[in-house]
Amino acid sequence: MGEVKRCLQSKNQAFNFYIDMSNRTTEKPITWHLACQVEDIPSDGGACALIEGEQIAIYNFSRRKEWYATQNLCPHRQQMALSRGMIGSAGEEPKVACPFHKKTFSLKSGECLSGDEFHIRTYPVKIEGDKVFVGM
Amino acid sequence: MKPKKIVVVGNGMVGYKFCEKLIAKDTGKSFELVVFGEEPRVAYDRVHLSEYFGQKTIEELTMAPLSWYAENNIRIHLSDPVMDIDRDTKTVRSHHGIVESYDYLVLATGSAPFVPPIPGVEKDGVFVYRTIEDLDMMKDHAKKSKRGAVIGGGLLGLEAAKALLDLGIRDTHVIEFAPKLMPRQIDDLGSRILEHKLNELGIQIHLQKNTQDIQGDERIESMLFADGSILEVDMLVISAGIKPRDEVAKMSGLAVGSRGGIVVNDKMETSDPSIFAIGECALVHHMIYGLVAPGYEMADVVVSNLLGGEKEFKPFDMSTKLKLIGVDVASYGDPFITSPNCKTIVYEDTQKGIYKRMNISLDGKELLGGILIGEAEQYNMLLQTVKNKTILPPNPEDLMLGSRGGSEEAGAGVMSLPDDALICSCEAVTKGNICHEVTANGISTLDGIKKCTKAGTGCGGCVPMVKDLINGTLKEQGVYVRNIVCEHFDYTRQELFDLVKINGHKTYNEVLDSLGKGDGCEVCKPAVASILASLWNEMILKKGQDTIQDSNDRYLANIQKGGTYSVVPRIPGGEITPEKLIAIGTVAQKYNLYTKITGGQRIDMFGAHVGDLPDIWEELIEAGFESGHAYGKSLRTVKSCVGSTWCRFGLHDSVSFAIEIEERYRGLRSPHKLKGGVSGCIRECAEAQSKDFGIIATEKGWNLYICGNGGSKPQHAILLASDISSEDCIRYLDRFLMFYIKTAEPLTRTATWLNKLDGGIAYLKSVIVSDSLSIGSLLEKEMQFMVDTYACEWKEVVNNPELRKRFTHFVNVPQQKDPTIQFEGMREQKRAMEWVK
Ligand SMILES: Cc1cc2nc3c(=O)[nH]c(=O)nc-3n(C[C@H](O)[C@H](O)[C@H](O)COP(=O)(O)OP(=O)(O)OC[C@H]3O[C@@H](n4cnc5c(N)ncnc54)[C@H](O)[C@@H]3O)c2cc1C
Ligand code: FES
Repeated sequence: MGEVKRCLQSKNQAFNFYIDMSNRTTEKPITWHLACQVEDIPSDGGACALIEGEQIAIYNFSRRKEWYATQNLCPHRQQMALSRGMIGSAGEEPKVACPFHKKTFSLKSGECLSGDEFHIRTYPVKIEGDKVFVGM
Repeated sequence: MKPKKIVVVGNGMVGYKFCEKLIAKDTGKSFELVVFGEEPRVAYDRVHLSEYFGQKTIEELTMAPLSWYAENNIRIHLSDPVMDIDRDTKTVRSHHGIVESYDYLVLATGSAPFVPPIPGVEKDGVFVYRTIEDLDMMKDHAKKSKRGAVIGGGLLGLEAAKALLDLGIRDTHVIEFAPKLMPRQIDDLGSRILEHKLNELGIQIHLQKNTQDIQGDERIESMLFADGSILEVDMLVISAGIKPRDEVAKMSGLAVGSRGGIVVNDKMETSDPSIFAIGECALVHHMIYGLVAPGYEMADVVVSNLLGGEKEFKPFDMSTKLKLIGVDVASYGDPFITSPNCKTIVYEDTQKGIYKRMNISLDGKELLGGILIGEAEQYNMLLQTVKNKTILPPNPEDLMLGSRGGSEEAGAGVMSLPDDALICSCEAVTKGNICHEVTANGISTLDGIKKCTKAGTGCGGCVPMVKDLINGTLKEQGVYVRNIVCEHFDYTRQELFDLVKINGHKTYNEVLDSLGKGDGCEVCKPAVASILASLWNEMILKKGQDTIQDSNDRYLANIQKGGTYSVVPRIPGGEITPEKLIAIGTVAQKYNLYTKITGGQRIDMFGAHVGDLPDIWEELIEAGFESGHAYGKSLRTVKSCVGSTWCRFGLHDSVSFAIEIEERYRGLRSPHKLKGGVSGCIRECAEAQSKDFGIIATEKGWNLYICGNGGSKPQHAILLASDISSEDCIRYLDRFLMFYIKTAEPLTRTATWLNKLDGGIAYLKSVIVSDSLSIGSLLEKEMQFMVDTYACEWKEVVNNPELRKRFTHFVNVPQQKDPTIQFEGMREQKRAMEWVK
């Protein structure tokens, strides 16, 4: 039972993804959601926030003074784990490595950098004072 | 000129390879391609099909994604087999009624499993093993099955048996009609050793068994054999050989062999010169080649000839290496030739389950073929020796036995091969091709070689050789081969270790700013974290250092399927009081954890939510436990047997010594995990010789063994010193461990480290026992610092509210657990939900 449910969930995920893309092309305005405090996200690392029922991984790339957000779900084995992964760079590209099998994903484009056909959703982040907002 | 149209029937491995080769070589675009495939998906790597049950996804197994076909203007029809060829009008008609004309037709229809006409084969629970769909059906059925069987003890049958084990069927049987296993590849003696090895894995072998009936109502319940015996099973895989898919060819009047297969000549032409057949459906030289490498060669022959070249398909080497099964098995050249036609050297070690045979020409100059079972590292080299007719050295057995613990340089052998030696037979890449890429184009990584030559991308068997060739060529060029950490640090781990020490760096960012470039990554962060921990022994979760730790170290627990963690308190030497046992039970009950005794004599509690970890540890610490570092690349356990306090054979008190040693090195961060063992006598109940360090009691003191390994590549530990006192034993251990920590590459176990160490065990002995580098007392001092500064990490977290706060799933709703975590019931406990594959 449970397994079937998770499968459906992952299919929906893919579906959402396409909706997302079409949204982007029609330039639907993004809504900013308060996610957490700046200090909640460790420096040069990530943590997960629950926003509108979705698990969003937020990364504080303090070395580069940049912030990123992606889906928390790793598409490889459908694990809610990306926020616990190590971040870093491949060339100039900022990336996160899933703790399970070290598949890496670009924090900018969401593209899988370890040669697989996976893709993760990315979201814009803005900081106001000590608050972190994610645009969805 | 209008391009000519090629229709390819079948989108399997060889059909795909034909398209790939044609696209690559047909630069003038003189052909257009149309492909029909019967399966619902594009071609995938059937050779590694079994990995679909393991870590690999369909995407990873796919040869090229659908988009590749579009990009190269290949029209592809999937789930639509060709039903009919009209040779007069030069057209094919598909199942869906598509009619396509052709100038050339390429049949790459492969083969189907041969299913013998046993009554009952149609029953539920009977499978064949060839496609992703077969595997999906097996996966479903396996959930309800306890005992499985495979008909066929050949290469594929044994692979299928291993797959059953991997599907969780603990009771697996192989039924073979012949009196031995793998009858086409190995001899009787080899088969016996292999049987024994398979038994150990949990696979039962039944030879000379003829299945007469598959019994059961709708679903298989048992198998009846000709000798009257019955085996109850609820799942059966038939792997009794292959049958070429020649049905469409036959209907259109093309010549086929009496036992199947589309007849072709050396140019892969069928009896109709505009139709070719390649891969497992083709009957060439009166035989079917059931391997992928000859299939690729056939594809190459057709592509070359279509583009105006002259190429013939020559008899192909059928050497094979069985993968995946957990036992190395290989045969090469002519494995069966016997005297008086040759001389044979046989090596047999029934204790370890190793059997090796080499057949040598009567003049002793040439290797003709042979067999390797239980240990096949020398396979590639031996195969090359046969293929290149290399003149054998005076003691040819060294080739098959490998250099025994000597200091000879690994990989020296490959450099002596001639330039035209075929290294990757799947992609027809020679030694010369690879060396040329290294010398002329400066390619120095395996990935680079894979990209530019495709070597190693087929069956993968040649990868170790390709690596040796790259390093060997670089060395010949005078390039000092250094294994640098990653793109961010142009240093080896050892260099980095020394630099960090000299500069006194204490944080990752300091190290990166002064010694590296870029922003770091998942390779260098944990490597530097380990170095910092081995040097300064500071709490690893100190601010800013938590995010450079591997996920397990970051949460001081092992991440498991589904994202929960497991908790392992230290139980030194495996000794525990009843009170502490009760405490573990109470905690596990309260937090609903699955409990299991580990191989290292302690208790693992699984299924803890990240937010519960600090509370769980608070209670464990209260009960007198401390961290077991099961999550770290650090000392795990020192296993012990009960020793002289209770055992009537015991010579010394192995438990007390094990506890002393485990407590000495607890928390010690190292390049990889460390395991130890102490046995009270030569009976070796603690299995100390399979550990990174093992200590065995003798009449006069202790024998100290080092660099052993269990796991996937077992290796016996080697004796470092004998009959030594407890003090000397600890002194040598201090030196050995510190030397390893300072010089090994990241994630290298002691066994691998020793294998790569210049000078081998002789050198290591001189450093540790004779102190030839005069660093003995320094190493001891450094170790003593680690011992003195040890502190339990979990205790620090439990008492530090700042650190505790990091243990949540959602930073904005800390009380809420991850709602996607789900468990299933299993034998009165819980287990993690199987992940989606
Ligand atoms: C479990 C397993 C392990 C193996 N391990 C090894 C190994 O270790 N080493 C090795 O060298 N080989 C191994 N092999 C064999 C190897 O996979 C085959 O040699 C190789 O796949 C042959 O390629 P092919 O293209 O000729 O046939 P296939 O890969 O079988 O492809 C033929 C394709 O044609 C399709 N087809 C058939 N008829 C039609 C039609 N009329 N119209 C359209 N499509 C059609 C079929 O559905 C199929 O998709 C293994 C095979 C299996 C099953
Ligand atoms: S689950 Fe993320 S890499 Fe496998």
